[in-house]
Amino acid sequence: MSKKCNRLVDVGRRQFLRGSALAAAGAAASTVTSAPAQAAPANAQIDYPSGKLANIADLAVNAPMDIEYPDADSPGILIKLGEPVEGGVGPDGDIVAYSVLCPHKGWFMSYNSEDRTMNCPGHFSRFDVEAGGQQVWGHATQNLPQFTLRVDDAGDIYAEGCSDLIFGRPTNVLYGEE
Amino acid sequence: MAYKRQIDRLPIPPADAKVHNVTCHYCIVGCGYKAYTWPRNKQGTLTDNAFGIDLGEQQPADGTWLAPSMYNLVQQGGKDVHLAVVPDHDCVVNSGLGSIRGARMAENRPSRVTGTQQQRLTDPLMWRNGVWQPTSWDDALDLVARVTARVITEGSEDELVVSMFDHGGSAGGYENTWGTGKLYFESMKVKNCRIHNRPAYNSEVHSTRDMGVGELNYSYSDYEVTDTIFMIGANSLETQTNLFLNHMVPGLRNGARMIVVDPRRTVTVNAAEEVAGVENVLHLAINEGSDMALFNAILTHIVDNGWTDDDFIANSTFQNGEAVAMDSAHPAALGSLDMAMQACRTSLEEAAEVCGVPTDDIVKAAEWIAKPHDDGSRRKCVTCYEKGIIWGNDNYRTIGALVNVALATGNVGREGGGVCRLGGHQEGYYRPSDAHVGRPAEYVDQFLIRGLGGVHHIWACDHHKTTLNASEFKRVHKKRADLVKDAMDAAAGGTREQIVDAIVSAINAGGLFVVDVDIIHSQIGQNAHVILPAVESNEMNLTSMNGERRLRLSEKYMDGPGTAKPDCLIAAGMAQHMERVLREMGNDAYADQFKGYDWETEEDAFMDGFNKGNPEVTYERLRAMGNNGVQEPVIGFENGQLIGVERLYTDGKFDRHGRDDKRALFCAAGWRGWQAPGKAREKANHKFWINNVRANIFWQNQFLDQDSDFVQDRFPYPFIEMNPDDMAELGVNPGDLIEITNDNGATQGMVYPVTTAKRGHVAMVFGSPAGSQGNVINPGVNELVLPDYKHTWGDIRKLADATPQARAVSFKSKEYTA
Ligand code: SF4
Ligand code: FES
Repeated sequence: MSKKCNRLVDVGRRQFLRGSALAAAGAAASTVTSAPAQAAPANAQIDYPSGKLANIADLAVNAPMDIEYPDADSPGILIKLGEPVEGGVGPDGDIVAYSVLCPHKGWFMSYNSEDRTMNCPGHFSRFDVEAGGQQVWGHATQNLPQFTLRVDDAGDIYAEGCSDLIFGRPTNVLYGEE
Repeated sequence: MAYKRQIDRLPIPPADAKVHNVTCHYCIVGCGYKAYTWPRNKQGTLTDNAFGIDLGEQQPADGTWLAPSMYNLVQQGGKDVHLAVVPDHDCVVNSGLGSIRGARMAENRPSRVTGTQQQRLTDPLMWRNGVWQPTSWDDALDLVARVTARVITEGSEDELVVSMFDHGGSAGGYENTWGTGKLYFESMKVKNCRIHNRPAYNSEVHSTRDMGVGELNYSYSDYEVTDTIFMIGANSLETQTNLFLNHMVPGLRNGARMIVVDPRRTVTVNAAEEVAGVENVLHLAINEGSDMALFNAILTHIVDNGWTDDDFIANSTFQNGEAVAMDSAHPAALGSLDMAMQACRTSLEEAAEVCGVPTDDIVKAAEWIAKPHDDGSRRKCVTCYEKGIIWGNDNYRTIGALVNVALATGNVGREGGGVCRLGGHQEGYYRPSDAHVGRPAEYVDQFLIRGLGGVHHIWACDHHKTTLNASEFKRVHKKRADLVKDAMDAAAGGTREQIVDAIVSAINAGGLFVVDVDIIHSQIGQNAHVILPAVESNEMNLTSMNGERRLRLSEKYMDGPGTAKPDCLIAAGMAQHMERVLREMGNDAYADQFKGYDWETEEDAFMDGFNKGNPEVTYERLRAMGNNGVQEPVIGFENGQLIGVERLYTDGKFDRHGRDDKRALFCAAGWRGWQAPGKAREKANHKFWINNVRANIFWQNQFLDQDSDFVQDRFPYPFIEMNPDDMAELGVNPGDLIEITNDNGATQGMVYPVTTAKRGHVAMVFGSPAGSQGNVINPGVNELVLPDYKHTWGDIRKLADATPQARAVSFKSKEYTA
């Protein structure tokens, strides 16, 4: 048991090391993109990039797909639940996507396909992907950031927004439109 | 649908934001936070900000992050300012961890801009013309003083009943316990008083004190170096969150084992198993209320195997039989180990029978606590306990039996040891002597129910949500308060004199005049005639100590709402009005007793009280000690630093009982089954045990959380955990509303399925505004008036299908499963 736990901790550590490495590159990019942005008045609402995540045909029920949105430093999952849920898209109203950075202290969470929850090895928080990312139990002071999805006629799934602030950033769109 | 904040960016605190030390004012752990405030029209940038980090990068796990719940827009010195309250990485208590309670501090502040906590009281209210009308402080305090002075001079101070908090944090702290304490225990000698969470003015842990062992004797660091954590009646991951995460988890990672005594499997057991491995965690799921038999069997096994610490026992504990006889103030005799063993001796088989756990597990517990290592060295064991036995069966003897184990094994005053309560609120008690209250103290709820007392002053207590026998208490309290309201209504338009006369006549006819000091209009406040608005921590400067006696100054960073004031200054105002009114009544000698309250600020109250007993400690020095503060007692001041004490009793001398020999006493904790009246009969007559539990998401009785969309979205009704087979038998589904009934009353909540719940056990969250568990708790208390909230039995029926709100919430297991 303890072994299992430590392994998960390591997965988490690898993930955020990866995150920081990419962030360094992202920061360099942001210095370039933010300069012209200052010239134009900022909108009251953030403009989210529209990111193609997958096609409906790529998804099998209860088999989550790793995604990155709004940028490569913000890992998430895209999942088809097989039952319609509130906020679900697609012909069956059952496709949802969430950030997988725990909104407590940002550890990388893993999916339990048995009871369809995201579980955090950091301090044992868990979130229900069938209930809008509601925290089932845990330390976070918000529910899991859920990505706003759109499906086009070709069945391509796009993320175009987010319900809550993503861990580790003062703004969800950190690097401007990419 | 889960509650979404729809916030996708936040202002950035600028590098020149003001920084304030904050100790979280919710639970006992007292985590350190930094509060940043800055003007409304300023902000920092991604690279130049108060955190000194590049916010243009995705922050790594455990990095600094301002969550939306840590942000608000509040008033400071009459101006709107941004506020960010962020966990402090440099505080040794929490090392940067927040919790689901503390990390919402900013969001739980009143803000007219963001609309948060608009339930906060802003002005004094007085019952006038059938409603509560806002009024001035002078007007409100004048009425309070006139009625109170009339009643205590025409009768005696015994006519004044006081319910007052005795804790730190929240609106407590050394400032406010002193203000109220000076008023009621020095200017007056009020003896019909009670504390916020129990129906009398008494200790929650009399026996450990009588045995010489103060209940907060360790340092949190002891968990990190111990061999065994022995936890009883506590669920620390939920209720002392960062103590568990930042001190117990490191201990488990360092190889400690953990024993958890709790009839219910909790997330604490689950998390301990995840960290240490199931083989290193022993969950003793004993029958409810049988803890003492377990402790006695463990002690017997340790004694019989010679695992006692004989040097410690010889040098630090009483040797000659009985030291204190059993009497009306001592529910058990105290003395030497040999004397105690005559009452405590319990075989493994007897305990297994009473507790419903295998003898092997009791042996294992005894071994993990006390069987020396292979090299002969002693095991270290930290013993920690809380409400499971404090609000449990036979409080005095049960806690005594537990402290016996720690004393017999020498695990007090040593690194990696300690026998401590875990605590609820922080502590912050500094008051004149309460000796006049007596022991056993008056059972104040019953005093009021019997129609006694004429004036009830209530300070930040909501008995309607939290007391026992609450159905009857609420019925009688309302009836008596309504007599006074009716009299006030009838005298509407009259002069102050006529109103006071009308109130006093109503009191003489069985009425009760109720003054409620609180931060919100509470449930018991519905019966109030005068309501006085108080501020909370950080709307004033406030000092408290945490569960390892760590004293900090939590600094004021914002204005209180409206004209709300610190409790200490409200008490001072009451005293000044009492002095004036008594003088007008021609009672100069009595009036003189109310002198000495010329405080302008909470710091003045601190200097008048705590500083007099602890002259080294000032606000300035505490401010300099920052979020790490100093562990009490403070024994000096050197090189600009206050000097404290990391753990108590390292010299093996025990003094909490006040005995000159400084020797600890053992407790003759003889098992006697259900101690409190009515419990055995209730158990026999009802199907379900109604366990009374807490949840990490709620702070206490939800007085702030009832106004939090995030919290109420998760549990719109109080949850009642139930085994799915019991649910099937009752024909209820997740989220259905059910009613619990017994002879004491009825309450209700929402079914939450839990597969690990034992059949016939349900676990209801305590103190909910939408369903008070106290309604069904019988009035039974122990000899010293300690309530047994935890032992209630009732029958259950379905009230209604799950509401749409309840249907939308998650009913999955709370246990982490990777
Ligand atoms: S663990 Fe307690 S003190 Fe720490 S942040 Fe949470 S509520 Fe506050
Ligand atoms: S980081 Fe996920 S529970 Fe703490």
